[in-house]
Amino acid sequence: MFGFGILTGLLVLPLVGAAFVLLQKGDEAGSRNARWAAFWTTIATFVLSLVALARFDSAKPGFQLVERMPWLGEQIVYQLGVDGISMPFVILTTFLMPFCIAASFHSIRERAREYYALFLLLETSMIGVFAGLDLVLFYVFFEMGLIPMFLIIGIWGGARRIYASFKFFLYTLVGSVLMLLAIMAMYWTAETTDIIKLLAFKFPSGMQYWLWLAFFASFAVKMPMWPVHTWLPDAHVEAPTAGSVILAGILLKMGGYGFIRFSLPMFPEASLYFANLVFALSVVAIIYTSLVAMMQEDIKKLIAYSSVAHMGFVTMGLFTLNAQGVQGAVFQMVSHGLVSGALFLCVGIVYDRMHTRQIAAYGGLVNRMPLYGVVFLLFTMANVGLPGTSGFVGEFLTLLGAYKANTWIAFLATTGVIFSACYALWLFARVVYGKLEKHELESIPDLDRRELALLLPLALLVIYFGVQPNTILSMSQASVDAMLGLVKAGLGGKLAVLN
Amino acid sequence: MNSVVSPIPAFGPALPEILLAATALVLVLIGAFRGDGAKKLIDLIAIVALVVAGFLLAEGQGRVSTFNDAFVVDAFARVMKGLTLIGAIGAIILSSRFLSEEKIARFEYTILILLSTIGMMMMCSANELISLYLGVELQSLALYVVASIHRDNEKSAEAGLKYFVLGALSSGMLLYGMSLVYGFTGSVTYPTIAKAVAGAHGTGVMFGLVFIIAGLAFKMSVVPFHMWTPDVYEGAPTPVAAFFATAPKMAAIAMTTRILVDAFLPIVKDWQPILVFAAIASMGLGAFAAIGQNNIKRLMAYSSIANMGYALVGLASGTLAGVEGVVIFMAVYLAMTLGVFAVILAMQQGGQRFETISDLAGAARNNPGLAFVMATLMFSLIGIPPLGGFFGKFYVFAAAIEAKLFALAVIGILASVVSAFYYLRIIKVMYFDAPAPAFGRAAPEIRAVMWAMTAFILLFAIVANPVRTIAASAAKSLF
Repeated sequence: MFGFGILTGLLVLPLVGAAFVLLQKGDEAGSRNARWAAFWTTIATFVLSLVALARFDSAKPGFQLVERMPWLGEQIVYQLGVDGISMPFVILTTFLMPFCIAASFHSIRERAREYYALFLLLETSMIGVFAGLDLVLFYVFFEMGLIPMFLIIGIWGGARRIYASFKFFLYTLVGSVLMLLAIMAMYWTAETTDIIKLLAFKFPSGMQYWLWLAFFASFAVKMPMWPVHTWLPDAHVEAPTAGSVILAGILLKMGGYGFIRFSLPMFPEASLYFANLVFALSVVAIIYTSLVAMMQEDIKKLIAYSSVAHMGFVTMGLFTLNAQGVQGAVFQMVSHGLVSGALFLCVGIVYDRMHTRQIAAYGGLVNRMPLYGVVFLLFTMANVGLPGTSGFVGEFLTLLGAYKANTWIAFLATTGVIFSACYALWLFARVVYGKLEKHELESIPDLDRRELALLLPLALLVIYFGVQPNTILSMSQASVDAMLGLVKAGLGGKLAVLN
Repeated sequence: MNSVVSPIPAFGPALPEILLAATALVLVLIGAFRGDGAKKLIDLIAIVALVVAGFLLAEGQGRVSTFNDAFVVDAFARVMKGLTLIGAIGAIILSSRFLSEEKIARFEYTILILLSTIGMMMMCSANELISLYLGVELQSLALYVVASIHRDNEKSAEAGLKYFVLGALSSGMLLYGMSLVYGFTGSVTYPTIAKAVAGAHGTGVMFGLVFIIAGLAFKMSVVPFHMWTPDVYEGAPTPVAAFFATAPKMAAIAMTTRILVDAFLPIVKDWQPILVFAAIASMGLGAFAAIGQNNIKRLMAYSSIANMGYALVGLASGTLAGVEGVVIFMAVYLAMTLGVFAVILAMQQGGQRFETISDLAGAARNNPGLAFVMATLMFSLIGIPPLGGFFGKFYVFAAAIEAKLFALAVIGILASVVSAFYYLRIIKVMYFDAPAPAFGRAAPEIRAVMWAMTAFILLFAIVANPVRTIAASAAKSLF
């Protein structure tokens, strides 16, 4: 393939699909073609990513399937590759995309072509973020995603969609432009932006702190960490269902991925120095946003705040700088991608029927939608972190890592687990249990076959990863160990402070 | 350097300018004999002449100078002249139909554009203060007239007058600065000035430098000498504003770069703070003042002020990377600006023209092509990758980081986030709002400009490396 490899294929395929979708006519038949074309494109991309997975050897720590081409001179290259840390995210992206497309079949009627084309563009940008092995290339994909997401929220969103889309765009942009300046500084210091070379480069201590802070500005907004999380609830509430799924499922993971890929191994001294700051912010996020979630009246907003809390576990785990913490963070991100994505799909299903997301508008759904009740309960439990679901493993491992690093942090974070049970179960009780008193709900139909087909694979995976966490853990292990090796080497003897 | 003026200078290096001058004279004759009816023919000949001049430029190699070293052609001059020519060609293409529809199709218009283009090309090549001033004046005098070409329109006349009065003032400052520099260094040629300021120099040179920079800042429309820009853009007919926003900016940046690098590089520490201030002020004013605008032409005026601020970020670093960044940035800026003005010209319905943002409401439904072009250009102006605007900003800010101008880089990039707000507002109006009445189908040449510029911006990531290579060789020829 012209010297390009399978990862370029993953980037190009959605773009080709997007072009095809845009070429369809604007009428009813054209919209139908558009959505099926988009659906099969995402399926094809998923299959291709499975081929990449088959060729991937998780026992090796380094980057694999690497493609390299000169781009902007010698220093800035077009380089793609995956390792055990990025591979799960690439698969997660390609896996979730068909669900997003299929979830929009009925809810998106207007301007369907543009909608599906934007989603495919978004897929390219997300895969590029995880597979890009050059800082500038990474940044290009990282920022490119703003365009489709801005339009998706703004065109197909709810009542306050314009406010939410602007807030999303400007918040993320402020963080990332500071990272861009840091990238330039790294470019002049290391004379390359090739990530493989940068990982081997040791930045001077004084510089690390500034670079770390600039990257932190970007990733903290993207994660999002308290106190820069306020864009997320707005964006989630206003975005269409599929937009929320992608937002919670993938876009939030870019921040965590960025911490693992850049902040920890490239600026180890600064990471150690700022670890306590991150711990503090994470604990605040876990406890405070859990409490905030409890008081929400909008289902989507509640799940959005719970996402912030769950991301708190991720950042906490990452900065423990030990294998359990980092592994747990990776696992938590993948698991949260599935669980929160599924929860937003669940909300979308009742929203499509009743056109409201107010908790008070529901109650006693189990009487009319027993199947829905079961599925929703499963994902709620996974969100709480019930053993046997994937949600448990990530939280447990990150807490284990935190305990090793700082007992107090682990203690405080654990209280968050209790709070999460409170808000999640209370939400479930108010929506699904009880007597069916609202008479608009009398005739609400249960899940149809399409909806079941959407939720079932996610449900099975959530249970599978809960029982067999090694599927993901063994994939990322070698790479996480290698990354921590780099951190240790960069720190010299200072790691003893933490362990 | 030859100190004796040779009796017959070599005309070769100035061949493109001579060709354009000869064409302009012939066109005056054609116009005088055949009247305004020959406007179409004149436009065509002018475009052909500009294209041929471009090819003559591209033929050249290395660094050549003539007229006793007053006029130099190197890679930098060729690139900047090429950009100027593109701006001029774009302005003529965009104006032809507009002027005849508005019943102001005077043949002088095209000839004036040609003459000012010659002035701009001289600005790119000027290697001493006198030829620089000649270029500036030739350019400005033609532009004063062009700004008020719609002489029955109050706003257009006002624009011309305002531009003339302020322009004359700035020329005065420029001349005053030049005379000071000449008096204190004893020379008007850049290399000699550079040698003189490298040694001990008094405050006199500094005074001169400040006045020169003030004069140049006016031509670049950089804060605090920007006041004329919004009024002139709004008042002048749209294609004229398109010309103002493109070609003269290329030339102004080119002459500023050359004089600062070739003549005043030894005292970079003295002029750097001035440029840093001007850059920050321009980016800041451009970002905040545009928020309240509803007229797109006025908004583009503030946008161009902000963009000149970004160009100054590269220039302020005073390094090879800085000049390279400036060249890339200007090339991208040219494409974006031409594209946006083509869109503004496309905003018409049955002879009625629109130029406020609210007229664009819901354009994504009624005029999807136009909305797509405009949205792409707006995202590019914000600097979102992989569009061209990102790479332009990337290289100028990278240069500032290399020169350790961290405060400038941070303030500038945050200003670009502020400016994102008003660019996004245009996209919001087009994509999120309920539709306003649709526009008519735009003329083919306007659509051609729109899509050509959009294609360049969209695919910039692919052509970025050749552009960068050209810019690097241009920058190298100055150092």
